[in-house]
Amino acid sequence: MNTEIQNLQRTASQVRRDIVRMVHGCQSGHPGGSLGCTDFLVALYFKILKHDPAFKADGIGEDLFFLSNGHISPVFYSVLARSGYFEPSELATFRKLNSRVQGHPTTHEGLPGVRIASGSLGQGMSVAIGASLTKKLNGDKSLVFCLHGDGELQEGQIWEAAMFAPHNKVDNLIATIDVNGQQIDGPTKLVLSLGNLKAKWEAFGWDVLEMKGNDMEDVVNVLENAKSRTGKGKPIVILMYTEMGAGVDFMMGSHKWHGVAPNDEQLELALAQLEESLGDY
Amino acid sequence: MKKYTYTDKKDTRSGFGAGLLEAGKQNHEVVALCADLIGSLKMNDFIKEFPERFFQIGIAEANMMCIAAGMTIGGKIPFTGTFANFSTGRVYDQIRQSIAYSDKNVKICASHAGLTLGEDGATHQILEDIGMMKMLPGMTVINPCDYNQTKAATIAIAKHHGPVYLRFGRPVVPIFTDDDQEFIIGKAWMVNEGKDVSIFATGHIVWKAIQAGEKLAEMGIDAEIINIHTIKPLDVEAVLKSVAKTGCAVSCEEHNRLGGLGDSIAQVLAVNNPTPQEYVAVNDSFGESGTPDQLMKKYGLEAEDIIDAVNRVIKRKK
Repeated sequence: MNTEIQNLQRTASQVRRDIVRMVHGCQSGHPGGSLGCTDFLVALYFKILKHDPAFKADGIGEDLFFLSNGHISPVFYSVLARSGYFEPSELATFRKLNSRVQGHPTTHEGLPGVRIASGSLGQGMSVAIGASLTKKLNGDKSLVFCLHGDGELQEGQIWEAAMFAPHNKVDNLIATIDVNGQQIDGPTKLVLSLGNLKAKWEAFGWDVLEMKGNDMEDVVNVLENAKSRTGKGKPIVILMYTEMGAGVDFMMGSHKWHGVAPNDEQLELALAQLEESLGDY
Repeated sequence: MKKYTYTDKKDTRSGFGAGLLEAGKQNHEVVALCADLIGSLKMNDFIKEFPERFFQIGIAEANMMCIAAGMTIGGKIPFTGTFANFSTGRVYDQIRQSIAYSDKNVKICASHAGLTLGEDGATHQILEDIGMMKMLPGMTVINPCDYNQTKAATIAIAKHHGPVYLRFGRPVVPIFTDDDQEFIIGKAWMVNEGKDVSIFATGHIVWKAIQAGEKLAEMGIDAEIINIHTIKPLDVEAVLKSVAKTGCAVSCEEHNRLGGLGDSIAQVLAVNNPTPQEYVAVNDSFGESGTPDQLMKKYGLEAEDIIDAVNRVIKRKK
């Protein structure tokens, strides 16, 4: 394994520490999906995206990322802070009064790195399509990325967006679906089956890739591959298979940790499994 | 009573279409989106002039609102077009989260508002849209009174930064405002100065208020008529100044009496200067099929209804 992948993994370990500490600090939030998507977001912000942490809201000339499943805000905030958008110390204010680090991402308090509010599910793919269309109108060759939960695909608006993007050849867009098979009330196959996602997205006209979302090397390779497939007339979707709670053994394998905070003892157990590579905030 | 005449009648949606074309000429960042109602929204001229700046979304209003929100990132000024019902109730959460809360520079342009959409009936006749939109923090709500004012408002909102709800309609109504008017968002228009009653009207019902004012003058009642084209932010100063003089108010709107212009006026009066007020509005009901004229009459939105309300409110003056 090369050094770059190892460095990304070490960063991911710190981000996972941030996630469990943030959620513990306010005794609320969503650790499960955050941990599952950590490798993806670390690869994106520390390797794939062409972006500037000095942050300009209009994002002209930069790759853009939209988090549609806004409840996994802890991982988004940690990655933004660790890549320089704001001081990691501000993560300690997560979900607390008078904070920019709100429960769900928002532009309202002016947190650098966030370009739209999310939380109410199903809206982010449409937003990303809009940003992609503007980039095309502006002759801006940079790309737009968005992330969705698999449970989020139960929202009808996702399929409105899924129909629109291929019809309009929105080929500067790379959407990723976090396929962890879990949602608040249980496994997706029990709550509302998603069926054959690959066949569905292909039928809608997307270029579909698959990725092992908790294997950093595969994440980087698939994202690079996805980038190379832009500009060819089709939007790209990555089905990213992850484990909810990845990186913390007792949080893995069930929907139980979707929206539950660890107690003091569980925090220690979790932190013992995660290297402090960049220094805790 | 100041004399108002008209030589032509047009639908306010055509004023929107003309304004959109002009806004597009003035600013290359203006883009338009439509959910399968190009003809109804009178967007054809814009599309012909700027085909690359028009986006047909299909029958997917939620997608349209959020695409519009996303398009602002990078500097576009999106104008969305569909019926008022599908511009508000159907997509309230999309507007709330992705446009209003996110402070996106989207212009939500809504045709076929109110009863006067006519024969399609209550499924399409939204009477709650002003209420829903004015409750969103940061949302500007505009309901112009004729073709010229709608055109001017459309051009004005392109120059205003922030989310806007622009409401207009299907029926052909008199054109009585100037074709070169300056539209100032949030600034009420004094239609007629008077001393006995303040009539606050929004949308095409302003013409009915003028008709009522002429008849009231014959009855010896000197009515002040104010066009509140911007419901939010409300021109509080104009409202208070008028009632300080007249001592009573009548609000007129093609909207449910709950949540519309009347409630905005009542709130200002209750807090600042408690004053008798009567409502000319739809009395908390859905509409039904019929011609626009039949519906305006049945639901109590005619000049005669305004006169009745004036007579009632004047009796309540201290």
